[in-house]
Amino acid sequence: MEEKKHLLEQLHEIQNNDDKHYLPKEKVVELAKKHGYDLAQVYGVETFYTMYSTKPRGKHIIRICENQSCHMANSKKLIRHMEAILNISVGETTEDGFFTLELSSCLGMCSVSPAMMIDEVPYGNLTEDRIDEILATYKEDK
Amino acid sequence: MKFYRTHVLVAQDTKSILAGSKRIEETLIEEIKLAGLENEIRVIPTGSLGYSENNQVAIAIYPDNIIYAPVLTSSVKEIVEEHFLKGRIIKALAHPMKHKEISMEERTSENQLNIDVQKRIILKNVGQINPESIHEYIAADGYMALEKALSEMTPESVIEEMKTSELRGRGGAGFPTGLKWQFTRPNPGPTKYVICNADEGEPGTFKDREIMEGDPHKMVEGMILAAYAVGGTDGYIYIRGEYNLSINRLQKAIDACYEYGLLGKNILGTDFSFDLCIHTGAGAYICGEETALINSIEGKRGEPRKKPPYPPSQGLWQKPTLVNNVETFANVPAIINHGGEWYKTLGVEGSYGTKLFSLMGDLNWKGTIEIPFGTTIGKIVDTIGHGVRYDRVLKGIILGGSSGSLIVPGELNTPIDFQSLSRIEAGPGSGSILVMDETRCIVDICLNIAEFFRHESCGKCTPCREGNAQICHLLEMISYGYGLPEDLEKLERIANTMMETSFCPLGQTAPSVLLQALKKFRGEFLAHIDENICPAGVCEINFVEEECSCG
Repeated sequence: MEEKKHLLEQLHEIQNNDDKHYLPKEKVVELAKKHGYDLAQVYGVETFYTMYSTKPRGKHIIRICENQSCHMANSKKLIRHMEAILNISVGETTEDGFFTLELSSCLGMCSVSPAMMIDEVPYGNLTEDRIDEILATYKEDK
Repeated sequence: MKFYRTHVLVAQDTKSILAGSKRIEETLIEEIKLAGLENEIRVIPTGSLGYSENNQVAIAIYPDNIIYAPVLTSSVKEIVEEHFLKGRIIKALAHPMKHKEISMEERTSENQLNIDVQKRIILKNVGQINPESIHEYIAADGYMALEKALSEMTPESVIEEMKTSELRGRGGAGFPTGLKWQFTRPNPGPTKYVICNADEGEPGTFKDREIMEGDPHKMVEGMILAAYAVGGTDGYIYIRGEYNLSINRLQKAIDACYEYGLLGKNILGTDFSFDLCIHTGAGAYICGEETALINSIEGKRGEPRKKPPYPPSQGLWQKPTLVNNVETFANVPAIINHGGEWYKTLGVEGSYGTKLFSLMGDLNWKGTIEIPFGTTIGKIVDTIGHGVRYDRVLKGIILGGSSGSLIVPGELNTPIDFQSLSRIEAGPGSGSILVMDETRCIVDICLNIAEFFRHESCGKCTPCREGNAQICHLLEMISYGYGLPEDLEKLERIANTMMETSFCPLGQTAPSVLLQALKKFRGEFLAHIDENICPAGVCEINFVEEECSCG
């Protein structure tokens, strides 16, 4: 049914298949050439939407919510805790390339706030201890 | 077909999965097998039962009409042995329904009106059927409306029925759905698009997710009906990239529809054909605005377009396009089945039907609810939310999300419907009810909202791009104790300019909670500025020292 291929879906595909969960320049240029996109348009799109990254990211991406409901459930404190134990700031990747910490707009999990997602798995009712437990389970598969 | 004497429904929505419902389901299946009951008792995953508290799993047992909550893996064995094997209800585990919003009978019967506060039309099947099975949806009268429309009704009469129902769009603006469809129909094809706006991004809103996770077929049926009415040929569900469970269940629903001839060429053997697919968003709040959403599907930045032309005449790829919200589409099957006049028996004049709300914040019970229009805000807070938690005092309610309005305790008697709410400069908006108790600081809340809009402004127009940044800066200064007396007027001036001159609804509504807060809680802002005090003790105020003399 498509009149045109959908650029957003194509970018998702590149990013999901990339080990470092980002949009490598050469892949994006290749995509633009193949489908006749203006490179500026593609760059405009990849920098507009928060789920895309133009920089390499870690193996697991932590998205923690800081909107109203989570904010009221003290998510700021959790973000600081997360930054402290991972030894990075929001937007950065740990030295071992294992975790990237990002903020997210509302994840729609306000009834179990504070909430976060690691890759595609949602977590709610977070506390500092709970975060330690969850991160430990990821470190085990390292 | 196999016959089972008992069906066990295990909630498998995001909230329940978080609480470990997958493990409960597995243990149930295991224990039932151990007891040798696997041919008598069937375990079925379903959507939210609406009963579970935070971090708890609820299961429902039919035909016994028993809900057990909370269920732990350790209690599964007891349930199987006592209830399934010996037929004895475990009273200690059974959910005390009298404390809850509704009983099982009431939620299953569609005709009992206003007996209790909630009324399930849209969520009728949620928590009752397996959302991944088209058979169960069909058994619950699913696709009956589609069959009726295709065999007995012309597209025009479907639109007439929608107009009779006076259904208003559930995305926030409240535009009459029937009229929107009527505007779309006469525009020339051959290609015409029907888009479902499932980019639920308003902070504090999770009601559409309940439909997509619990009863995806209802929304798909609504879309097919809409396509039939307006002459739609191709459809998109534009859904947030973060809603993985919803995406998976909707995809399963679409695949099943193709298999059963409910989508594709010659639907149900008629001349009507319609294709439907999912388009995943990539994290941009602005894409909830319909023209920004259309740009996004076209592979552009999600910036809004100038209106007119409106999407019904020139939308996706310049073709006529109908855009409706998830909840709007989910209302359609019931209206076609029972008629527009029936729909008007629900709700109040001017705001007919039921409305979903996401209830959250400082309440004893949080979750998605469905109420008929006309229910008062106070009743929702007290009866469904079971009041403010820790016996604290209610401070205010943010209704309709970050771009919504601020309700104070004196306005609790206002019924939730378009007219009554507009009298207190509010609206149902996206359908979120965020309750704040006395320990919340209004400056902190407004700052949090401003930070959100600063991030989400698409940057196309100056009032929104610069206005949100300035509001954020001023509120930040106030929250740190560096506010100046003239800042409040400055905030009001910026907010009013944004409301009047922003290009799209994002900028026009971004400062609405702030403006109402400045009116209703001015004293609290002044306390931060004049006395360097945060009355609620939330803001980290830096006491301003005497000016340094070394200059």
